[in-house]
Amino acid sequence: MKLMALSRRNLMELLRDPLTLFFGAVFPLVLLGLMTLIQRNIPVNLFAIESLAPGVAAFGQAFLTLFSAFLIAKDRSSALTQRLMASPLTGPDFILGYALPLLPLAALQALLCLVCAIPLGLDPARLPLIVLALAPSALMYIALGLLFGSILTDKQVGGICGALLTNLSAWLSGVWFDVKLVGGAFHAIANALPFLHAVEAARAAAVGDAAALPGHLAVVCAYAAGLLILAILLFTRAMRGSKQ
Amino acid sequence: MNAIETQALTRRFGDLTAVDGLTLAIPEGELFALLGVNGAGKTTAIRMLSGLLPPTSGDALLLGKSIVRDTAAAKAALNLSPQETAVAPALTVRENLAFIAGVYGESHRASLEAADAMIERMGLQSVAKRRAKALSGGWQRRLSIAMGLITDPKILFLDEPTLGLDVLARRELWQVVEALHGSITVVLTTHYLEEAEALSDRVGVMARGRLVALDTAPALIERTGAKNFEDAFVALAAERGA
Repeated sequence: MKLMALSRRNLMELLRDPLTLFFGAVFPLVLLGLMTLIQRNIPVNLFAIESLAPGVAAFGQAFLTLFSAFLIAKDRSSALTQRLMASPLTGPDFILGYALPLLPLAALQALLCLVCAIPLGLDPARLPLIVLALAPSALMYIALGLLFGSILTDKQVGGICGALLTNLSAWLSGVWFDVKLVGGAFHAIANALPFLHAVEAARAAAVGDAAALPGHLAVVCAYAAGLLILAILLFTRAMRGSKQ
Repeated sequence: MNAIETQALTRRFGDLTAVDGLTLAIPEGELFALLGVNGAGKTTAIRMLSGLLPPTSGDALLLGKSIVRDTAAAKAALNLSPQETAVAPALTVRENLAFIAGVYGESHRASLEAADAMIERMGLQSVAKRRAKALSGGWQRRLSIAMGLITDPKILFLDEPTLGLDVLARRELWQVVEALHGSITVVLTTHYLEEAEALSDRVGVMARGRLVALDTAPALIERTGAKNFEDAFVALAAERGA
């Protein structure tokens, strides 16, 4: 009951923020539409829907970090956290209370983007596998949200998560251009980070390339697990600190 | 039975002793005001008593439960209204109340029923469906206190409940606090001395982390030979070098 009450509150705070709705639901669809229009007017196959739609769905998850980090950072700076810390809520209640509401949001966000891509040519039979392939990266972005929300102020979250992280995940994910074409250190960095693998896993699911899935998912899962552990440590420390 | 018993409760931050050997007993149902100038240690004392800050040494018993050894049981008996208004901004008044009831273990249905009862009790009907961030300061404070009461606490800590409010809003909140008299134990910290004098059964004055006086407001006036309670407070705080 305690955990559900906190989760329900956090979900309502998120859904009632117009920025969440715009960047979580509308912005990925705008990108999907724009890139599809561009594709129709260029002679090369740059934004094929089975490549574009999973890529945009994966990129859209970066905003989960922004939403969760902003909510946590804002709560930390308010007296509401004091009230909650004096309540019978436990450490795991706090962590799950902030993380759980983002899971259905992540699934809804991905589904919305992918369903809108069906009229543009995406095979609807691939949707469940794509959403499953996106689950580890959703966890990773949620963990990043817990992490940044624990160490940054709400003003800093806008810059770090809103600008830096979304740009990094855009450039290094291969959604908008093939990172192999850039090559060199850029390709090596992109390959070492999880963003490219998150997109490639979703793309592999979209075309039913089962052989490519495990390798990409393994990298994303490793990052998700590592970030989650780090996030829990920092979140616990931040909440302990807010008592003082 | 005493609702609160502190035993040489002490908190240090590095070289600074914020609360120094606080020992006092507050009987059940008493409205107790804890006063002091800025930095006297009253907020640190309240934070320790409400389980937000562990003491460096000493202990406190809330209805017999130690805040050091049995923190969860001690926490279950208390609630607080912090110095800054502590509400969830995007939730309505009703949702805020139900949220806190849920956090203390009520089912969703029971939380909503408790919220409706509290809305009635605190006269929040006209703003029940408004989001907390859209409320005036006075309504936010009233909501914050209602969120402290919805869990039916045995002990309620009110930290500067009327800070920044205009005189009318403050008087309205006084009525709310007065209505609690006798039913639950209230520990009130405030900078408004007339508030402490009007509302409390007894007053504790802290200076430099120590409890320097403990009595009723009229007794403190008599003891210091002051003209009024404000003068008595100044005399007590200055006497101890606050």
